Amino acid sequence: MTMSHIRCENLTVAYGPKTALRGVSLDIPHRKIFAIIGPANSGKTTLLRCINRTIDFVATAKVDGRVLINGEDVNQIQDVYQLRRRVGMVFPLPIGLPLSVYENVAYAPRRAGIRDRTELDEIVETCLRQAMLWDEVKDRLDLLGTRLSGGQQQRLTLARALSLRPEILCLDEFSIAIDPVTTMRIEDILRELKNEMTIVLVTNLVQQARRLADYTAFLSASELIEAAETETIFTRPTNRLTERYVNGEFG
Amino acid sequence: MNAVSDRANKQAGLLLGQRPAAAFAGQSESHSPASPATAGERVSDDAGEAKSTAAVENPFSPSPLERRKNRRERIAQWLLGYSAFMLVAPVLAILTYLVIKAWPVLGISFLLENPQKFMTAGGVWAPLVGTFFLVAISLLLAAPIGILGGVYLNEYAGNNWATRAVALGVTNLAGVPSIVHGLFGVAAFVALTGRPSVLAASCTLAVMSLPVIITSTREALSSVPMAFREACWNMGATRWQTIRTIVLPNSVGGILTGVIFEVTRAAGETAPILYTGALLFKRVPDHGWQSFFPYSLNDGCMALSMHLYTLATQVVGVSDQIQYGAAVVLIGLTLAVNSVSIGLRMYLRSRKKW
Repeated sequence: MTMSHIRCENLTVAYGPKTALRGVSLDIPHRKIFAIIGPANSGKTTLLRCINRTIDFVATAKVDGRVLINGEDVNQIQDVYQLRRRVGMVFPLPIGLPLSVYENVAYAPRRAGIRDRTELDEIVETCLRQAMLWDEVKDRLDLLGTRLSGGQQQRLTLARALSLRPEILCLDEFSIAIDPVTTMRIEDILRELKNEMTIVLVTNLVQQARRLADYTAFLSASELIEAAETETIFTRPTNRLTERYVNGEFG
Repeated sequence: MNAVSDRANKQAGLLLGQRPAAAFAGQSESHSPASPATAGERVSDDAGEAKSTAAVENPFSPSPLERRKNRRERIAQWLLGYSAFMLVAPVLAILTYLVIKAWPVLGISFLLENPQKFMTAGGVWAPLVGTFFLVAISLLLAAPIGILGGVYLNEYAGNNWATRAVALGVTNLAGVPSIVHGLFGVAAFVALTGRPSVLAASCTLAVMSLPVIITSTREALSSVPMAFREACWNMGATRWQTIRTIVLPNSVGGILTGVIFEVTRAAGETAPILYTGALLFKRVPDHGWQSFFPYSLNDGCMALSMHLYTLATQVVGVSDQIQYGAAVVLIGLTLAVNSVSIGLRMYLRSRKKW
């Protein structure tokens, strides 16, 4: 087997006295959609934050174990900003920056040093199209991002995450504020996007994981219960807990 | 007996109090006449002899609970309104009194003339210019340090003992009485420049302004939601890029408001400049461009607050009108600057971006 894209080795995270992840080891392969499911408080978001080191912002967090991207330990990376440009992240709360829609999407490319206007125009249009927002905002790109509706802001967040063409895209509950029809269309886009990037999808919608993901991991109470191909998790899980969760018997 | 019926009434009130809302919430016309009866029955079931007949006849008559609620609402409204009025009353009283007392001398010439005849005649030009220079120079010194320091404390400094020590120092500095600042100014700045001067007094005012500017800057910065910063950091923006593009543009109004408020405080203070640079009297040119730059940095100057103190205590035979006139100018200056600050804040709030 080729080297996995993201590899967690015995990852343990504690917020003060509270353990959020306990000894999680996981391999996420290149250019697949990898879903992480599990009940609330099981450490799904914490796992994502370890990948792009936004866990650093939580002063009380203590991280043990390693996360490797292409074999490189993220904690050894000198330029953490470059790491975050390589790992796009969408959090469940829709956050439009207090800038125009255009500048929201152009924000990261500008900060990364892209000045050319036509290049920025192209990035903005592509990303907004992929986030299924282009048709709704193409005539008012100078509108404030914070004035959009919740679902639109959520798609704006997605467009922003895509704006640097990251090699890894982490989606944390990206669809809770988005209507089902648009969600389906974004899911189609994600299936296309996995040709160019690895997608890590944290979701509470078990069926979304089943529809989308190539692989699925099930977390419960800070521990990895099992990870396998999605089909296996949903039809022949090895763990009784997984079976009950995917069948909606608890969670 | 009484107590029992009282309780029953209360229960009836609770039941009946909820009912009209329920009727509005979607019960059809035909149902609503029936419901008072049901409620009445339940009351008599619960507590025997309690008969809230009035309530049964008129479903919209206020229950005891509602009456109590309304009474408390009126009391609260009256009390809060009275307190709000008491905030404004002293300001209005002071202003009216001062303006009436000073009315004969008020006019543009009072502002533009220098004090004459041992300060028993003329206007307040020299002290006005002095105050302007003191405040301007102290702001030039304090605002950059205060704002940049506030940005560091709020955006960069971690939550460790060093930061807490600095924050504690800032809080305590803000609590130091102004006369202590004045004495510190004598020890530090007057000793440095050799004699009381505009520069020494400005430096003293700057030290006094620093903690206020730092605090208001931090407040303005922390009013920008953390989520915006995290969204930027998530896209690989550095802290400074985030501050420059998101945090500062959205907090500059609050920072400016804080600085402007500090202007009025510095303009009104007497104690810090008393021994560090303010003079009882200084003869300055009456005409020409020199009247706009009457003081050199290492000379003393007149100042409005000091001038008012001098007129009130040190000058023999000065008319009331001139004393009150000086007070009106000082308070008018404060109000004018504060209005600018409030106007700025209203303008910025009207274009708030989230």
